[in-house]
Amino acid sequence: MRDNPLWGLILIFLPLSLLSVGGGPSILAGMQNQVVEVRHWMSEREFIDLFAISRAAPGPGVLLATLVGWKIAGLAGAIVASLALFLPSSLLYYAVARQWNAHRGRRWHTALERGLAPIAAGLILAGSIVIIETGGTRPLLLAIAAVSTAILLWRPKLNPLWLLAAGGVAAVLIG
Amino acid sequence: MDATKLPAAVVPRVSLPELLGAFAKIGLMSFGGALSGWMHRELVARRQWIEEEDFLSGLALGQIMPGANVANLSLYIGQRLRGGIGAVVALTGMLLPPAVLVVLLAIVYERFAGIAWMHRFIDGVAAAAIGLLVVVGVKATRRIGWRAAPVAVLAAIVLMVGLMHWPMVPVVLVLTPLSVALAWPRGDGDAR
Repeated sequence: MRDNPLWGLILIFLPLSLLSVGGGPSILAGMQNQVVEVRHWMSEREFIDLFAISRAAPGPGVLLATLVGWKIAGLAGAIVASLALFLPSSLLYYAVARQWNAHRGRRWHTALERGLAPIAAGLILAGSIVIIETGGTRPLLLAIAAVSTAILLWRPKLNPLWLLAAGGVAAVLIG
Repeated sequence: MDATKLPAAVVPRVSLPELLGAFAKIGLMSFGGALSGWMHRELVARRQWIEEEDFLSGLALGQIMPGANVANLSLYIGQRLRGGIGAVVALTGMLLPPAVLVVLLAIVYERFAGIAWMHRFIDGVAAAAIGLLVVVGVKATRRIGWRAAPVAVLAAIVLMVGLMHWPMVPVVLVLTPLSVALAWPRGDGDAR
């Protein structure tokens, strides 16, 4: 039982699921620590490769967990790792969200919603700053982020995929 | 005034296949991250399935609680539109197609691993994707308006979490009650 890699994946991702307050970054850091440093399932280099793949693909970055599961135990590993990471936190969040929405229209609910709006807005902006910093504050990348923001504010209807492609091409040609 | 805010009953009826399709589309288009930016664009601005404040409260709730923000926000919107089954459908649409894709990418990765410009390309895409997030932040900020209390709360979050890198959870736990107290509607007593 102890040596079964699927069991090991559950033991890593289940607690991460419920401890990962703050979302993505806290999950990724915890995952790296467990998979590379504690369990030696892969080298730092291999983990960075998986991270690079998850960044190249669309979708949430935490799908890195699916990749780790895949690497350790194939398809079963991918499924087990994904379920272990997403299920517990999702059940908890769902229970809270349901309660939250059930009390819609109450005075305290309205006040909470209004009070949370600047918190959420602040967290989005703070998150953007943190992502810019971790992506490296190279002038070129900062410029791409700034230009992309300006264009999206100016032309909200423009399909962002064009901007993303242009950002990628600019980074290759100029960088 | 906020009194004109529409009641919950106007939430549009969205079919489950539509819900699945919308989330799968977001999951498969969102290169470079910034998932909440894509969700806002697709679900609040374009399809108008959910109101801005509703979206923001789901987002804030999802950030305070454990779990990936994207997953939590998908559950929130799914639940809001179609209840429990809606939450499952939204989360599945958001996670399953990109999960399959990312594994396929891992299988062919060896071929591309050595290509130096690929990493630069991905960096550029991710940098451009930041714009999507900033736009949501700017829109949410505009919507709050220029009232002193919420603007101060917002600025405090940006300063503490974004610039000074204080841990998010305690900062939010301290500022939320403050922000809610400042937003508490004035007037006659609260019966509930």
